[in-house]
Amino acid sequence: MARAIEVSNVSKLYRLGELYKHMMLREYLMSLLRRRPLQVDDTIWALRDVSFGIEAGEVVGLIGRNGAGKSTMLKVISRITDPTAGSYRVTGKVASLLEVGTGFHQELTGRENIYLNGSILGMHKREIDGKLDAIVAFADVARFLDTPLKRYSSGMKLRLGFAVAAHLDPDVLLVDEVLAVGDAGFQKKCLSAMRELQSGGRTVIFVSHNMAAVENLCSRAIWIDQGRLVRDGEAREVIRAYFATFGEATRDGIGLDAVAGRQGNGLVRFTRIEYLSADHEHGPLAQSGQHLTMRLHYRAAQRIPDPHFGVKISTEMGTTVTEVSTWSTGFAVPCVEPGSGAIDLVIESLNLMPGRYYVSLWAEGMGPIHYDVLDRCAILDVEPSNYYGSGRGVESRYGIVLLPCSFRLPGGKGPGAA
Amino acid sequence: MKRSEWIGEFWRYRELFLFLVWRELKVRYKQTALGASWALLQPLLTMAVFTVIFGRYAELPRDGLAYPLFFFSVLVPWTYFASALTNAGNSLVANIDLLTKVYFPRAALPASAVLAGLLDFAVAFLFLAGMLLYYAVPPSLEMLLWPLLLLLLVLLALGAGMLFAALNVNFRDVKYALPFVVQVWMFASPTMWTLNSVEEPRWRVLAALNPLGGVLQAFRDSINPNCPVDWLSLGISAAATLLLFLAGGAYFQKTERTFADLI
Repeated sequence: MARAIEVSNVSKLYRLGELYKHMMLREYLMSLLRRRPLQVDDTIWALRDVSFGIEAGEVVGLIGRNGAGKSTMLKVISRITDPTAGSYRVTGKVASLLEVGTGFHQELTGRENIYLNGSILGMHKREIDGKLDAIVAFADVARFLDTPLKRYSSGMKLRLGFAVAAHLDPDVLLVDEVLAVGDAGFQKKCLSAMRELQSGGRTVIFVSHNMAAVENLCSRAIWIDQGRLVRDGEAREVIRAYFATFGEATRDGIGLDAVAGRQGNGLVRFTRIEYLSADHEHGPLAQSGQHLTMRLHYRAAQRIPDPHFGVKISTEMGTTVTEVSTWSTGFAVPCVEPGSGAIDLVIESLNLMPGRYYVSLWAEGMGPIHYDVLDRCAILDVEPSNYYGSGRGVESRYGIVLLPCSFRLPGGKGPGAA
Repeated sequence: MKRSEWIGEFWRYRELFLFLVWRELKVRYKQTALGASWALLQPLLTMAVFTVIFGRYAELPRDGLAYPLFFFSVLVPWTYFASALTNAGNSLVANIDLLTKVYFPRAALPASAVLAGLLDFAVAFLFLAGMLLYYAVPPSLEMLLWPLLLLLLVLLALGAGMLFAALNVNFRDVKYALPFVVQVWMFASPTMWTLNSVEEPRWRVLAALNPLGGVLQAFRDSINPNCPVDWLSLGISAAATLLLFLAGGAYFQKTERTFADLI
């Protein structure tokens, strides 16, 4: 059987820096006159010598941390950008879905945007004519079909965009993290649409941070880190290997020394993260609605004045739940001394529904100078608790946020009172 | 990619190309309250200003034509070219989301801008036809040149448009240079002056090396019973147009692979 996608030794070099991105024609012409070429400040290999083949009908998950090169890989396969070296071949009609609603125009009506977006994604006009009713029904926008898009809510726009995408009929579909946007109901709809694609025998490459979805949808996973292919194989196995590079839980917290894909100059490095309950006991302590202290241990190579520490918590789907830093809370750390140290993030009440979350950390200085930036370096498993005192209603299917709240009847009378 | 593949690729995506043209037109005519009248107002106001300043006060040579006709007959093609070049030159930068999210032949963007401008041109040209009737200009065989002149104008706008669109992605200061280029090009072209008053042959050749020189003048001469079309300048300008079209296309093709990385 012919391979649908064949990627051989693909590398992609990006040039960084102000000079390259903002090169002036004037300066360029001057440099030609002086016969001295402009210097390119900095380069980075977004992909390095990556090879894989995908059979027709395979559904493959592409996983890795932020900035690992997943999106660059999709951009290369979908011909948006050329690889610096290497070659690739794709057989059949390709549709790439790097974003929902590409090319939507605010001034045009819903109907006009369906045609525009459809043709941008590679549908023919006759094809769209035939599928228009189905698309409109899927998006649930029949009443607003001739209303300009600028009057749509963001949810409606999203539904419209996804409806068009769901009716594409390509041989090869490339999907990038489209599922990270939208509410839980919408994400569910997207996942079931993906499942249909899968059963329809299409070849799909699916980039996601949602390991549950990847494991569920994909038979195979490819893990990329810092531009290199780390592992390619059965989805469950690759995901397990990927999770193993997260900080490893030990008796005294999660060790961060071995975390891969960290950025920054390393003058300050996170070594360990500890989750502590109110009484500072160790254990599986992150509980819904309970106190949690995150103790961030670090090691500094020298005296660093005025550092900032930050923590981000995101869901498995990649949605940021919260991002907080010493800067945003106005907490000034005068300096860190050489050697080991720690800073606590004290969370009075961890108002998260039970489930798996990711923690990202960073230490920065003014400038900004990045000392240590770790994307999704530790897992935070939030355990259920009896938050409302009823023994019910605190489960991951109830969403992300746990509200400190209670019901009452107006007038202050209890139920059943006359 | 070889040149032939490049053109084949464009052909495969012709439907998307037509949709882009359609989007340009829809959006342009929806967004402006004046709609089509804007297409007319711009050359008409310029004509009025030129007629008062250059006609009444400076009394510039006018090839024996009435001043309004003398100016408007070249301002119609000039306005088309200027707006086509400006829109094409900005077409890539204005569509970052498309460039970085989907693949299609990149030339479809400047080309759709150049093509969409033809509707404005048609509106203004109809008005010119009305003026010809008003001034009782007799029909002539030279008017049969119009389709050819328009074709040259489109090729020129495509070539210069692709060149500037690509430069605009590669260099950040081109955005500011483009309006200036358009302005200088206007002075360098026979909009307010006439090629017929340039007598020395070598200056005439130089003026026709500007691809717009021969073309604009031919538009004017074709409606002018007093002046026959100057075939030599038109030929030189046509050759220059072809050259610029090929050069613009080649530069675009050479740099389009990195557009998505730079933009």
